[in-house]
Amino acid sequence: MSESIERHEYDVVVIGAGGAGLRAAVEARAQGKRTAIISKSLFGKAHTVMAEGGCAASMGNVNPHDNWMVHFGDTMRGGKFLNNWRMAELHAKEAPDRVWELETYGALFDRTPEGKISQRNFGGHTYPRLAHVGDRTGLELIRTLQQKIVSLQQEDFKETGDYESNIRVFHECTVTELFKAGQGDGPSRIAGAFAYYRSTGQFVRFDAPAIVLATGGVGKSYQTTSNSWEYTGDGHALALRAGATLINMEFLQFHPTGMVWPPSVKGILVTESVRGDGGILKNSDGKRFMFDYVPDVFKEQYATTPEEGDRWYTDADNNRRPPELLPRDEVARAINSEVKAGRGSPHGGVYLDIASRLTPEEIQKRLPSMYHQFRELADVDITKEAMEVGPTCHYVMGGVEVDPDTAMSVVPGLFSAGECSGGMHGSNRLGGNSLSDLLVFGRRAGAGAADYVDSLGEVRPAVLSDEVAEAHKRALLPFSSATDGGENPFVVHQELQKTMNDLVGIIRKADEMELALKALQDIAVRARTVSVEGGRVFNPGWHLALDLRNMLLVSLCVARAALERQESRGGHTRDDYPVMDSEWRHVLLVLSALGEDDVDLVRKEQVAMRPDLFDLFELDELKKYYTGDELGGHRAGEAMK
Amino acid sequence: MTHDQHFRVWRGDDEKGELVDYPVEVNEGEVVLDIIHRLQATQAQDMAVRWNCKAGKCGSCSMEINGRPRLACMTRMSTFTEDEVITVTPLRTFPVIRDLVTDVSFNYTKAREIPSFVPPPGVAPGEYRMEQVDVERSQEFRKCIECFLCQNVCHVVRDHEENKEAFAGPRFLMRIAELDMHPLDAGDRQKEAQDEHGLGMCNITKCCTEVCPEHIKITDNALIPLKERVVDRKYDPLVWLGSKIFKRGDARSGA
Repeated sequence: MSESIERHEYDVVVIGAGGAGLRAAVEARAQGKRTAIISKSLFGKAHTVMAEGGCAASMGNVNPHDNWMVHFGDTMRGGKFLNNWRMAELHAKEAPDRVWELETYGALFDRTPEGKISQRNFGGHTYPRLAHVGDRTGLELIRTLQQKIVSLQQEDFKETGDYESNIRVFHECTVTELFKAGQGDGPSRIAGAFAYYRSTGQFVRFDAPAIVLATGGVGKSYQTTSNSWEYTGDGHALALRAGATLINMEFLQFHPTGMVWPPSVKGILVTESVRGDGGILKNSDGKRFMFDYVPDVFKEQYATTPEEGDRWYTDADNNRRPPELLPRDEVARAINSEVKAGRGSPHGGVYLDIASRLTPEEIQKRLPSMYHQFRELADVDITKEAMEVGPTCHYVMGGVEVDPDTAMSVVPGLFSAGECSGGMHGSNRLGGNSLSDLLVFGRRAGAGAADYVDSLGEVRPAVLSDEVAEAHKRALLPFSSATDGGENPFVVHQELQKTMNDLVGIIRKADEMELALKALQDIAVRARTVSVEGGRVFNPGWHLALDLRNMLLVSLCVARAALERQESRGGHTRDDYPVMDSEWRHVLLVLSALGEDDVDLVRKEQVAMRPDLFDLFELDELKKYYTGDELGGHRAGEAMK
Repeated sequence: MTHDQHFRVWRGDDEKGELVDYPVEVNEGEVVLDIIHRLQATQAQDMAVRWNCKAGKCGSCSMEINGRPRLACMTRMSTFTEDEVITVTPLRTFPVIRDLVTDVSFNYTKAREIPSFVPPPGVAPGEYRMEQVDVERSQEFRKCIECFLCQNVCHVVRDHEENKEAFAGPRFLMRIAELDMHPLDAGDRQKEAQDEHGLGMCNITKCCTEVCPEHIKITDNALIPLKERVVDRKYDPLVWLGSKIFKRGDARSGA
């Protein structure tokens, strides 16, 4: 094939233009690196815009008792102590600076009466902690970072006469392959990437020694999801195929409140802010059922009566929070149980009631996009009636295993940040910790990539032309005669989504997951030979055919890890192992690719928490999560010696 | 609750194309984007359409439905009668890439020409103090999801390719207003809005406001106040005097 392939050279290539990707790019460019941003969608459309509630940072603007240590504790608790504690520490410490920095880029958060950034309550956060803009905080983040990139381009334009001399956005461009190269006797390292422009179908290659994966999550492998079409696990799969490892893939967050009706919007998110601002969950008997579902580990922190819960909204220091604000995994399971017990709403959810809790004016002011979303999509006026809600696949805690400080994976030159990386959130992410995560680790990944490029000196790994030819051939496979008579990619995708939804969903069983693994093998064979109609110009069938490869590999990881972990914890609930088991807390399941359609799984010990951080918790709390052997170093034990 | 509906979808590129008829199943509660997806899955897998969130938050699926600029994900099928023919075409103001997807790069070019936020000198990160009432004016404009429906419908450019060079369009004039009303922005916005970005070409017919899926009052709250500020400045004798003195000062230092 003699098609010529466009070629670019950069210091750092960032794949993904959501919050993590854009923040990484800002940092890499700030450190003097020529940076490319590659985005599957138009610039500014990333899935980050869907984030509603806010960005968690212990600024202490609303409750001065808040600080990084409390935030760190809440994050570890939310993740059931399986989190990478170093990431949770960096995140809690750096989040306030990352939020304040956004104001210098032009962000306009809601304010406190003193004119500071306002902060709202959210599930699992001890104090009001989420910087927010109504319920469209993600949009504010994306627009702010997008406009920051533009301002950097304007600076470059003044210097060089070219907006794109140092930072360029390649939008509607999809990466299909990463390239590596050996360097002397050294290890094989990142050398570049291969991509196609969605609008033309033309191919493009990037030669770059450092690549930051910031592609978000994997939700499009599920039928009911709050995720957009972009969430096909590209970064996860690219990392695996480049030789990197994934961790925590068994942990998927099913957000407790997705829309359940009408069918076309099933899965679309209903922000947790509805509950943070006073919304309550009721079953078909009208009962406020969450009081029945407070697990032992959280008994001390949550109200036992509706009266106490209601008082908390106005006097948080002297009352415990209502159980509607338990971490998301707990609420999702509770809703699931109510529906299974026959106490669900007509369309298979439960009721989320804000109408009886706030005035119509307050609802429209504090939850404008929810008001809008229900009025326009479901013909429901949330100031007058309750919403019907149920769990929806929302977030993957698992992702690329990275060094906490530099965000580099085990592959030299390959970095990852945001949802695409793993460890930070352990087995369950707290609401609001995603926007802060992507700012903190987006910046760290950009800085890590810049430092790495500096460490290489003048020597750049060279992309091998054979690998380019191979990537080219593979991308065109769905058009080739080898796939004559192959299936429609949309049909195969639906089958994959149904398999994951039904067999590796919110409640899991060994026999079902074994069935899922068999089904995935079969789907893999069919996915390899899907055939597409039409040409290469903006052809959604072709795009999906290529994305399927990633979704399959990632689904395989989820199913394998979920089958392996014989306990229930956070975003992983086993019907056959319903209890959390301390022996599993310190075990990480590490996945790597074995050829095209198979993965290898090994167990790895979690690194023990640094003593000063360990001592931030009371021994009584740690006992609920840790084995006796692990508690020896705690200050309480030391004091008794 | 299921019926067949007659869809006519524009298929083609910038050079040639035609409206193609599709009979297609419609179920209760669906929106136009669901029907486009059904066409892809069952009859035309290469039908090009841009979409992301399917919840009215990202502004990707802008198109013209029965001649009206809309987001396909927010256009419910129940707003049509069952025997109505539904015609779906790409945005008219921008070149077609293929089918329902247009080349919206005009908007990104314009975005880059609007000078960015200028941080207030001497205010450290974390020290920004603003009143809620003051940020709310700009916050209304920051609800914009950049669907570009206002850019598409604005008659200054809709059928006037020749005006595109000089006119930023409602979305980006609103961006200038947003920065002008930002309590801490240190930039000077008004003169450039008029001189560089074509504010004067807007004759406030409010077409932009009508199509805005976020219900932003673009004309009343952004464009008219910005026009007023420009006018006030032009005719305010003190401002006029100030600008003369300033200019003379400039000239002197240049000499």
